[in-house]
Amino acid sequence: MNQNEPPVSRGFKSKRPTSVKTRLPPGQYLTTDFPVLSAGPTPDIRAAEWKLGLQLGGSILGSWTWEEFEALPQTTIKTDIHCVTKWTKLDTTWQGVTFDDLLKAVGLQEPPEGFVMAHCDGGYTTNVPVADLIAGQGMIATRCEGLPIAPSHGGPARLLVAHLYFWKSAKWLRRLRFMAKDEPGFWESRGYHNYGNPWREQRYDGD
Amino acid sequence: MMVTDAHASPHKIEWQLGRVQAVVAETDRVKSIILEPMSWLGHWPGQHVDIRLTADDGYQAERSYSIASPPEDKLLTITVERVKEGEVSPYLLDELRVGDHLEFRGPIGRYFVWTRSLRGPICLIAGGAGITPLMSMLRHRERSLDRIPAYLIYSARSLPDVIYRDELDGMADRDKGLRLVYALTREQPRDWPGHRGRVDETLLANNCFPREQNPTFYVCGPTGFVEGISSMLVTMGYEPLSIKTERFGPSGG
Repeated sequence: MNQNEPPVSRGFKSKRPTSVKTRLPPGQYLTTDFPVLSAGPTPDIRAAEWKLGLQLGGSILGSWTWEEFEALPQTTIKTDIHCVTKWTKLDTTWQGVTFDDLLKAVGLQEPPEGFVMAHCDGGYTTNVPVADLIAGQGMIATRCEGLPIAPSHGGPARLLVAHLYFWKSAKWLRRLRFMAKDEPGFWESRGYHNYGNPWREQRYDGD
Repeated sequence: MMVTDAHASPHKIEWQLGRVQAVVAETDRVKSIILEPMSWLGHWPGQHVDIRLTADDGYQAERSYSIASPPEDKLLTITVERVKEGEVSPYLLDELRVGDHLEFRGPIGRYFVWTRSLRGPICLIAGGAGITPLMSMLRHRERSLDRIPAYLIYSARSLPDVIYRDELDGMADRDKGLRLVYALTREQPRDWPGHRGRVDETLLANNCFPREQNPTFYVCGPTGFVEGISSMLVTMGYEPLSIKTERFGPSGG
């Protein structure tokens, strides 16, 4: 079998219109609903008890209650999202606070170099390079399609890094921790790719 | 958890061709496809494979399917449910024949897994085709000498929709360590002695190991089913980290 050319599956025909194909990363299919993927139960998080922290080494650079977080500058973005389980959803709209604005809020002109570990309720973690969060690429989202994010989709607040597979957009976000050295998060230490670029189909280790 | 925290392998999980050895009709809407891999180093029950189809114009579609066979088998079984308007499942159910070659890679996933080295007791809760990865666990369990105590609660629309029914009934008959409970949501035989309707808190309370025994839960099924069951279990006082979930989106393939 030629490694570069996968064999044609006898009798398999593409049903996808070409216009959509160009927006689908390899191996992805289009969905119009919004499937839920999580490793465990959906936690019950009340906004009144919610807090977000930004941490560098042993020190907390900033922390926000729900009210304080809502008072930060708000940004709305429209983007496609790609889940490693193969669905892609086009033109989703998110509102929240960009990573850039979060850094400004704690008085950082330049972000620390390296990586960020996102820590979530329920113990979930995921690692993202700082370079993938700045310049408008990363956001802590609190609304989807104009509505508060449903608990099963990560509400009250989730990370949004839409150019990477969606497991990087951690649900139920509570803390962002800068790390000089990269460390794998939950799925990254369980066989999934460390970076997760959908356009290069980096689903699993070694892809 | 030794298994799930195993060190990441740096090797790419390569695509390979599996020869279709058999296709077994399980229900009206479900078939099992039995594949002979070119090379296979084994898997953990609960893991899945990715299937890739390629059209003659180069277009490719991929989907994930849980492995239903136990690691002890040389052949790999995946069980496929028809998704209306789907792209991949109608092909696998209607077009694929014995002797065809199917491109796939795996095994994938290191969280929703159980092997007997993880011990128990285990509570398996399946909705519809969500039985597939749990079946791999039960088949694996059955092949071991120490039958770790297990409960299976299996929700299906009707008795004819129960996948692997004969095999499950046989397992439960032979083995006192396994309790099997069906919940039939839409249609029940007139003399049905079992649960009618959806899985509820009473059914769970009567058929789950008590908290003191620290059971691990594996819940697999459609999103709404998994959301409902897992939040009931949390309400009942079970530790959220002991509840492992796998959801099938409504829009699979």
